[in-house]
Amino acid sequence: MSDSAAIAEAVARSSYGRLVAFIAARTGDVAAAEDALSDAFAAALTTWPAQGVPDNPRAWLLTVARRRLIDTGRRSRTSVEAAAHLRLLAEECAAESPTAVPDDRLALMFVCAHPAIDPAVRAPLMLQTVLGLDAAIIASAFLTAPATMGQRLVRAKTRIKLAGIPFRLPERADLPERLGAVLDAIYAAFAAGWTDPGGTDVRRRDLALEAIWLGRLLVSLLPEEPEALGLLALMLYAESRRAARRGADGDYVPLDEQDVSRWDAGLIRQAEALLLRASRMGVVGRFQLEAAVQSAHGVRRQTGRSDWAAIVRLYDALETLTGSPVVAINRSVAVAEIQGAASGLAELDRLADDPRLADYQPYWAARAGLLARMGSAADAAAAYRRAIGLEADPAVRRFLQGRLAALVSVDK
Amino acid sequence: MQYLLLLYLGEADMAAASKADSTKMTAAYAAYAEAMVQAGVMVGGNRLRPTTSATTVRSPGGKTQVLDGPYAETKEQLGGYFMIEAPDLDTALSWAERCPTASHGVVEVRPVWPMTDYDTDG
Repeated sequence: MSDSAAIAEAVARSSYGRLVAFIAARTGDVAAAEDALSDAFAAALTTWPAQGVPDNPRAWLLTVARRRLIDTGRRSRTSVEAAAHLRLLAEECAAESPTAVPDDRLALMFVCAHPAIDPAVRAPLMLQTVLGLDAAIIASAFLTAPATMGQRLVRAKTRIKLAGIPFRLPERADLPERLGAVLDAIYAAFAAGWTDPGGTDVRRRDLALEAIWLGRLLVSLLPEEPEALGLLALMLYAESRRAARRGADGDYVPLDEQDVSRWDAGLIRQAEALLLRASRMGVVGRFQLEAAVQSAHGVRRQTGRSDWAAIVRLYDALETLTGSPVVAINRSVAVAEIQGAASGLAELDRLADDPRLADYQPYWAARAGLLARMGSAADAAAAYRRAIGLEADPAVRRFLQGRLAALVSVDK
Repeated sequence: MQYLLLLYLGEADMAAASKADSTKMTAAYAAYAEAMVQAGVMVGGNRLRPTTSATTVRSPGGKTQVLDGPYAETKEQLGGYFMIEAPDLDTALSWAERCPTASHGVVEVRPVWPMTDYDTDG
């Protein structure tokens, strides 16, 4: 790849959402903003290698995208588009060549999470418009067929335009209520980046960092909102362990075997401070509890052991709050640390009838680990095989295969 | 933009309301309409007679059928409408929320599709 192509791609990554938000906030039309921008990026890829990269690539892209919209607007017969067209022309006449494009991404996030938008499409919409992910990647993250996801996204964008959903922050009084959807979507973005812990795919790694960036922005806007603080703390705890999640050879290292000296102490300090601030506000929530679990794991840096008693209590609270089987699995593992593998397994057995777990890898991996500790090698091996068959990450698959092999060799 | 607020109410409940309650309700609608006029958002609006007075017309294949009764039998019935002028959906929703109907029925908010936009709009 040529240098200018690489720069175009880097600018695309860092500027996409900002430019979409800026343009869409002025036209009310997200799809048109995306189309104009994709034309602008295409123009950059042909122009920059020949003429050199402009001093301010982002402003260059904005100018090209805006001209494209003005051209489209000229042909348009609709009153909404005509008004947007005039607004863009006026900005063009003001000879604006902005060195800094104002950041409307937060307004765009609230549009994506607007109550008039189907809850199931809010997070995907945010991932696409704010972070520029394509529908196929989003579809795989949300276990949906790409064509179906594409349709949902198109419908949502049409709705934003035709229903007139405004690009501004909700009224102060409505903010807390509308925040939950925004938090969920940011966390979904973080999780999508997190599934590539090796950091081999730059775009996905950036996704986790973008999500943290969005989290920081939210916290700066809503410093009194404990769940926004909790979400940021949770993401920072996870991010602090990125380097420790893989061995030198790229192999998966589970949390309890990670070298704590490879955890990022600076990020952990930030997370601890955020969590403390949140806890003083006296309103507990899902993200604060999950962050607190990570904090209890962090105790291992001082004592050599996670605070499992605290972790069980936190999962109790989380299970009450969310009713999630995923929480119940994690709780079972924590129970095993305190009361032994048999107790943990008994807790897991409570979940055995949940059909959602039949193809959920962590359930089978947890089961296999506990069975192995109890010496039930044959049952453990069967559970490991099931987990291996369900795992998509090659590094985790290798790890599970290693556990399975160790089991078989001990058995002999 | 213009938005049509469609007010759906249980007609039977309304008919069964006491004299005092329906007087109160009428006053609430009058105050609401007045507030919209004062705020400059009101384009128009009316209460509708009950669906027992409705008549539907169809002309499939040019043969006109006239039937008594409303188009759809539903739990709540269309009982009135307001047309408002609002800059965006949030403003329209804030007026819908204030409508007395919202507390005992349903308000559907629909953006108006201007005739000038028919060519290209989606």
